[in-house]
Amino acid sequence: MGTDQLSHLKRLENESIQIIREVAAEFRNPVMLYSIGKDSAVMLHLALKAFYPAKPPFPLLHVDTTWKFKEMISFRNETIKKHGLELIVHTNQVGVERNINPFDHGSSNYTHIMKTEALKEALDKYGFDAAFGGARRDEEKSRAKERVFSFRNSSHAWDPKNQRPELWSLYNARVSQGESIRAFPLSNWTELDIWQYILAEEIDIVPLYLAAKRPVVERGGTLIMVDDERLPLQPDEQVQEKLVRFRTLGCYPLTGAIESSADSLPEVVREMLIARTSERQGRLIDHDDSASMEKKKREGYF
Amino acid sequence: MNKREDFSKETAFAEYISGQENKGLLRFLTCGSVDDGKSTLIGRLLYDTKLIFEDQLSALAKDSKKHGTVGEDIDLALLVDGLEAEREQGITIDVAYRFFATDKRKFIVADTPGHEQYTRNMATGASTADLAVLLVDARKGIITQTRRHAFIASLLGVRHVVLAVNKIDLVDYSQDRFNEIRKDFEQFAASFAFETSIAIPLSARFGDNVCGKSDNLNWFGGPTLLGHLEDVETAHVNAETPFRLPVQWVNRPDHTFRGYSGTVSGGTVRVGDKVVVSSSGKTSIVDRLVTYDGDLEEAIPGQAITLTLKDEVDISRGDVLATSCNRPEVSDQFASHLIWMSENSLYPGRPYLLKIGGKTVNATVTEIKHKIDVSSLEHLAGKQLDLNEIAFCNISLSQPIAFDPYEVNRETGSFILIDRMTNETAAAGLVWFGLRRAINVHRQALDINKAARGELLNQKPAVLWFTGLSGSGKSTIANALEKKLYDLGKKTYVLDGDNIRHGLNRDLGFTEADRVENIRRVAETTKLFVDAGLITLVSFISPFHSERDMARELVEDGEFYEVHVDTPFETCAERDPKGLYAKAKAGEIKNFTGLDSPYEAPANPEMRVSTQDKTPEQLADEILHRLQSDGVI
Repeated sequence: MGTDQLSHLKRLENESIQIIREVAAEFRNPVMLYSIGKDSAVMLHLALKAFYPAKPPFPLLHVDTTWKFKEMISFRNETIKKHGLELIVHTNQVGVERNINPFDHGSSNYTHIMKTEALKEALDKYGFDAAFGGARRDEEKSRAKERVFSFRNSSHAWDPKNQRPELWSLYNARVSQGESIRAFPLSNWTELDIWQYILAEEIDIVPLYLAAKRPVVERGGTLIMVDDERLPLQPDEQVQEKLVRFRTLGCYPLTGAIESSADSLPEVVREMLIARTSERQGRLIDHDDSASMEKKKREGYF
Repeated sequence: MNKREDFSKETAFAEYISGQENKGLLRFLTCGSVDDGKSTLIGRLLYDTKLIFEDQLSALAKDSKKHGTVGEDIDLALLVDGLEAEREQGITIDVAYRFFATDKRKFIVADTPGHEQYTRNMATGASTADLAVLLVDARKGIITQTRRHAFIASLLGVRHVVLAVNKIDLVDYSQDRFNEIRKDFEQFAASFAFETSIAIPLSARFGDNVCGKSDNLNWFGGPTLLGHLEDVETAHVNAETPFRLPVQWVNRPDHTFRGYSGTVSGGTVRVGDKVVVSSSGKTSIVDRLVTYDGDLEEAIPGQAITLTLKDEVDISRGDVLATSCNRPEVSDQFASHLIWMSENSLYPGRPYLLKIGGKTVNATVTEIKHKIDVSSLEHLAGKQLDLNEIAFCNISLSQPIAFDPYEVNRETGSFILIDRMTNETAAAGLVWFGLRRAINVHRQALDINKAARGELLNQKPAVLWFTGLSGSGKSTIANALEKKLYDLGKKTYVLDGDNIRHGLNRDLGFTEADRVENIRRVAETTKLFVDAGLITLVSFISPFHSERDMARELVEDGEFYEVHVDTPFETCAERDPKGLYAKAKAGEIKNFTGLDSPYEAPANPEMRVSTQDKTPEQLADEILHRLQSDGVI
């Protein structure tokens, strides 16, 4: 049990470090999923802290759908270089050959093939028995009941009705051949905690989180950034320069920008505090129906 | 309450951010029975602290029409009932964690369901909670469930409770009714060792006295629920307990640095302190307290640190570093409370894995001292422990470990039991005290040992453990093999299931609990015979993995040969040498292996023999060859 002498951010930090160390100690071949977003930035920062002065004893894995923002990829490469880490980049080659994209195949098919399937493929290919993810319980209702050590069967499926009880900070790390766990060190963090921590610790994040003039088109009530020439424009769509930023980052055709003038971290936190919409709003894949995340997770989505 | 609306002003925001740096954290759990309005209360807290966003609100309005139970109003409970199944059934089936914050504190709420799985779920939520909110319906008052919840919270070391008297609107905000309930509560709360306990009237549905004062309850002089949660002092005792650092990870980037990483779980530690390694008793001086943000002079409970020592001491994951003047107990036996969380019942003698801190060891429950009826708190006798039952047990370990009583230290006094076959978390345990027996009864060291006895007999002692269905041919093969070994001048003995049941085990029946005990005694007897230097042939159905593994672990590596006599059920039933299958099919024998009791076939036996195409003689020869090539004979 913690103590009131530690602030809530320090308590969260310490808890996460304990989880990260436990995974490294208990599993044969762990990997850290690195999605380049703000949660990944915090998770990586915590991993650097957990093993200091050594480097984290596991590689990072980025599942690249080939539709990420350009700035994300350059930020990823710089971060890896700066900390001298090992990075594995995995792309679903079959998907690339079949030119699976968010426009012709729909966001849900595209996500399934280029993210969910690609992730499973990478985990199988390298034989990882534990994968860290930056998911938080406050993100979405079905996540609120997920364990810190979330068990997956040999086909990567999650069974929400049959989860192992998790008491104290004692995590059951036993898996059979082919089974694995997803570990969520940020389970108890909220979006606000993440931003406050980034601010307090001066953690580098992708500049897309800060407001800047960017070329966007309005599509179905959402602002989509024209990150490269692959974005097909409808006849009535016009590219406009707008002062925008992103609350979450993913594939650029599926990530909505918000109009904002918050161009510094304190400004972002301030905007966050008076925000009226939750962050998943910017993610187009969640809108289908309110139980859609639970379905995706059962199929092996992170 | 929050003052977020003011953030348009620069200065207000700057003040807010600096205030956030020192904000504390309170973890609490909510418990109540079905329909006490628990989910509604949490929904209310989230709603009133403005943690609900517009898009969630519009999803909620949609969901309320589909699943809502409060007519035209928005059903706040739907905010927190997460999984599809429970939204349809209108119940909460698993522990869920919620988050909200005010300007004073951040809150993590463990929302635990009140129906049948409550013990397991509540214990889970309570294990990390500082405070428990017990919900009651003002119309019903304190009920049996409330007592159960208070008991479980108290057992798990929750020191602060709030009785939330909900639905006070349905008793017309009656002060008399509230006072009645409060008196009941004070009476029964006194029997537990809570540091603070308070009853608060409220209506989650209408928001009375949840986050703000209510005119309807102007007779109540106490705080609002949120006000109490913000202000209650949960000063932790951990800082005054002796220093403990369970080692999680040995940090060795190169030969110049060797650090021990872990989270301080009690007391404080300073550079220069003398510490002891619990398992070996070796001592050293703390050299550095290393963190990414720079070295510390002192570390307090809850801090994840890396510690280095002045001397080279052998320390690995699972060791506990402790202050040398107040050491944890080290023993291979202790008494503890167990909360059983698996569908598969506990039988004394069955082996499990026990995880405590960073250490995982083999463990068996040697005795269920008593079970506890969580409603009446009466002690009951019991031979087995079922899902959601709590018992006081003696536990024996394969090697000594360091621990503290749970009351003293929640981290070094708690453990889980893991089922070795399914890997599920079978139980949560709270150490009560160490059993000195293990320390005071020293083993008698004998000069003549097993190897010496084997040498004299010109053989290596070994166990041939024949397992298989009744009538599969175990005893026939064992008998043939023993004759061959005898002819070679080897010293052998056969332990046969039927024969043992006439003597040593004649007090045992065929229930699962008795079957476990049956094998335990045979396994211990086998161990003695092997120690005597004999090649021991065991012919037992032994249907369960876990008991066969237990027998295997009692002897040394390489001494145990599991021989699966793999004869199909149909063939055994056809042979039916003792007429048992006929009787079992007629219902005259209960719990018959292969019929109404399971047989778990070995996954990786040393040998698997089939009687389908070979004679017992041929099979005995095969086994004999294996023993020769392994150098046993």
